[in-house]
Amino acid sequence: MPEEKKIYDKGKVVAGLLIFAVIFMFPFWYNLGKAAPAPEPVLTDKAKAAKECIEPKSFMKTEHMQILDDWRSSVVRDENRVYVSSKDKEFDMSLSNTCLDCHSNKADFCDKCHNYASVNPYCWDCHIDKPKENK
Amino acid sequence: MENSRRTFLKIAGISALGLSAKPVFNAFAVSEEHGEKKEAKLIPKQGALTAKRWAMVIDTTKFKSAKDLEPMIEACNKIHNIPVFENKRHEIKWIWGEEFKHAFPDLENEHMNDRIKSLPFLVLCNQCQDAPCVRACPTKATFKQEDGVVAMDFHRCIGCRFCMAACPYGSRSFNFRDPRPFIKETNKKFPTRMKGVVEKCNFCSELLAEGKKPACVEASGGALVFGDLDDPESEVRKLLKSNYTIRRKTALGTGPAIYYIV
Repeated sequence: MPEEKKIYDKGKVVAGLLIFAVIFMFPFWYNLGKAAPAPEPVLTDKAKAAKECIEPKSFMKTEHMQILDDWRSSVVRDENRVYVSSKDKEFDMSLSNTCLDCHSNKADFCDKCHNYASVNPYCWDCHIDKPKENK
Repeated sequence: MENSRRTFLKIAGISALGLSAKPVFNAFAVSEEHGEKKEAKLIPKQGALTAKRWAMVIDTTKFKSAKDLEPMIEACNKIHNIPVFENKRHEIKWIWGEEFKHAFPDLENEHMNDRIKSLPFLVLCNQCQDAPCVRACPTKATFKQEDGVVAMDFHRCIGCRFCMAACPYGSRSFNFRDPRPFIKETNKKFPTRMKGVVEKCNFCSELLAEGKKPACVEASGGALVFGDLDDPESEVRKLLKSNYTIRRKTALGTGPAIYYIV
């Protein structure tokens, strides 16, 4: 004959578990439906007019960090300063003078997504972020 | 009901395998796409000035006082975003004036002629052949370019200042503070530096790439001459042939590329 199992202080235990569950899950409920939508980078008129960046958009979206990294090594260490794209177009490899020439709206183009993805590239500690704007 | 558990596990196993295979297929699909794309190339700039070994001759007979050096120092400071600090300990120097006894301590005599004694000499990084800073740098942030220029990769500099200890000419400066607020007029085409990196004269590599001579040479009105030391026909070599020149602290064996006509 099975022994009867019993929880001591059942009321307190269940109440404690409930309180724990509520507190534990509070952040999930609190933020439910509040997820910020992924930001769309804003293009300047100049960027729109150019239609395509140095490479197709999908490639730029996933590889721009790698491209910039390659550029910096190439320019600084190998003295190769020109990028010939896959479509045989030539570009000066320069963050401030080439990228930001079209994408002169750093706050809306770069920062928005970087903030959303919580990445903090330190390019701008040295590279000038508003090459066109006069101080 | 033993049987059904068995089949359930089988099906679960197979579907897990199937699901895990999908990303692999995706990866293959993506890499194929890459394969079709033409590779991009990184090439040197057309029309860049090139040399086997860049060097400079400074004709000190064309200078009379510290004032004559100002345009060159000013030109350099302006295009390279060099900050101006009140505190001498924080000073950033790429090119500056120095007394003979400090620039050439091994050549100083007890009695010197008046002109040399009072004349400030324009000094900058000597772009040494066997640069001690390059050897001292633990991260290879300072390195020798193929054209003989001792270059700095600020991205790699960890601010250890071994290079400053190694340089016998004091040509290197450390950014003890964020330089940005102290730059009078920013040249938007050239980056600034950040706190914690060492910097020095780069022989205007960025201008050479555009086919232009260094800013100090342009501003000197002919007193500074820039050229290829390995080319016997270059202006630099012609000047060295026809003038007596000195270099700074040659006994150390660093092989400076800056020559002075005195």
